Amino acid sequence: MQVNDNKEFQPLIVAFCCNWCSYAGADLSGTNRLNYPTNVKIIRVPCSCRVNPMFILRAFQRGADGVILCGCHPGDCHYTSGNYFTRRRMTLLFSMLDFLGIERDRTRVEWVSAAEGAKFAATMNEFTEAVRKLGPNRRLEDLRCRKQ
Amino acid sequence: MQEAMINRAKQLLADGSVDRVIGWKRGEFEYDITPAVFTSAEELDADFVYDDFTAANVSKYLVKESKKEGKILAFLKPCDTYSFNQLIKEHRIVRENIYVIGIPGGPKLDAERIKAKGITGILGAKNDNGTLIIDTVYGEEKMPYYEALSVKCRNCKSKNHVVYDELIGEDGDILDSNRFDMVEKLENITAQERYDFWREQLSKCIRCNACRNVCPACTCEKCVFDNPDSGVENKAATDSFEENMFHIIRAFHVAGRCTDCGECSRVCPQNIPLHLLNRKFIKDINSLYGDYQAGEDTTSRAPLNDYKQDDCEASIVHERGVE
Repeated sequence: MQVNDNKEFQPLIVAFCCNWCSYAGADLSGTNRLNYPTNVKIIRVPCSCRVNPMFILRAFQRGADGVILCGCHPGDCHYTSGNYFTRRRMTLLFSMLDFLGIERDRTRVEWVSAAEGAKFAATMNEFTEAVRKLGPNRRLEDLRCRKQ
Repeated sequence: MQEAMINRAKQLLADGSVDRVIGWKRGEFEYDITPAVFTSAEELDADFVYDDFTAANVSKYLVKESKKEGKILAFLKPCDTYSFNQLIKEHRIVRENIYVIGIPGGPKLDAERIKAKGITGILGAKNDNGTLIIDTVYGEEKMPYYEALSVKCRNCKSKNHVVYDELIGEDGDILDSNRFDMVEKLENITAQERYDFWREQLSKCIRCNACRNVCPACTCEKCVFDNPDSGVENKAATDSFEENMFHIIRAFHVAGRCTDCGECSRVCPQNIPLHLLNRKFIKDINSLYGDYQAGEDTTSRAPLNDYKQDDCEASIVHERGVE
């Protein structure tokens, strides 16, 4: 595990992971001893479709600098079609955030199956770096929630 | 037009085919036209109004009115018929209890825009070849016609009634109105400029909730913004986050169901161009999932209630447009 240099900006990443694929994928990356940043905080959801656009905004409000949503690959949803709806919903939401001028690289959807522990770790490393480059979330933060 | 509508309404009331009429009457001022329900010929004669200031969409009122006993006559402009159809599709109104008369829409005037020119005491107005001649208590005033138009009428998507029982006047065409021009313009400036534009606009929001209350697509009995446990029901936005969040969620909740009737922008006391948020969703849906006009029919599936296996991935947002 990397020792974090305190001077470097440490983004807070919220990862919504579906119970059936991505959460198991995260587990697998752990049991395989693969590294991914401690900045990533995982929230388990029954299906990626459970994620209401409000959840994403709420994560930003409470101090997240990046939000990533992981689910089963299209066609592999435990509930048959949940992630297809997620895909449309999130495409529109991200497009709207971009339209309001919020940095587009703070949000992402990634499909990670239960067998893709390596992909999970790689995705999280990559996403954390991308958000680190963007710096702290200022455009969609709630000042009342800012940590002093 | 007003005469013809009153006469027809009286006929239908007299022969018992309807029990009530929903139309418009004058409010405090001459230009202040508000929806109203009439139950007798005398009331119609006294108060019924239909003029160039009559912009309100009465479809949403029918959610409650159509559930009452008896039949109601509704006058719908072309844009209102889309909202009406969408409400039928969502089983929000009882169609059998409503008799719909389609009436011509025509560009409507916005008294606020006339008043912004310093013209007060408005009594009436008429268009004379691109110049608006305004009759006021202080005499006659003039201004360019286009500048006095309501935002929702500057880009008219259709003069065609999609649903009606009978028509007064003619049915028109579906128009190509360049309604996405402003959205496109915003898409092509940088993220920082977009952010600044929307901060300037959304920071004017006073959370009066008028945009939500007037929206014919916002018909939930319990609204997420009224939930005291949600932490977002505050009347005044105390933080820029809340302004963003309210407007993103409001627009998102009607995405794929918004017929682009423009009522949200019309009622906004702060003149925030809210219809741009709705149009952004409509534009995205059209370009990503195929052309879709909410309210055009009552059978198709809403884009967000539907999917295709080969839909684009969300990463398309990161790949296109200006960073």
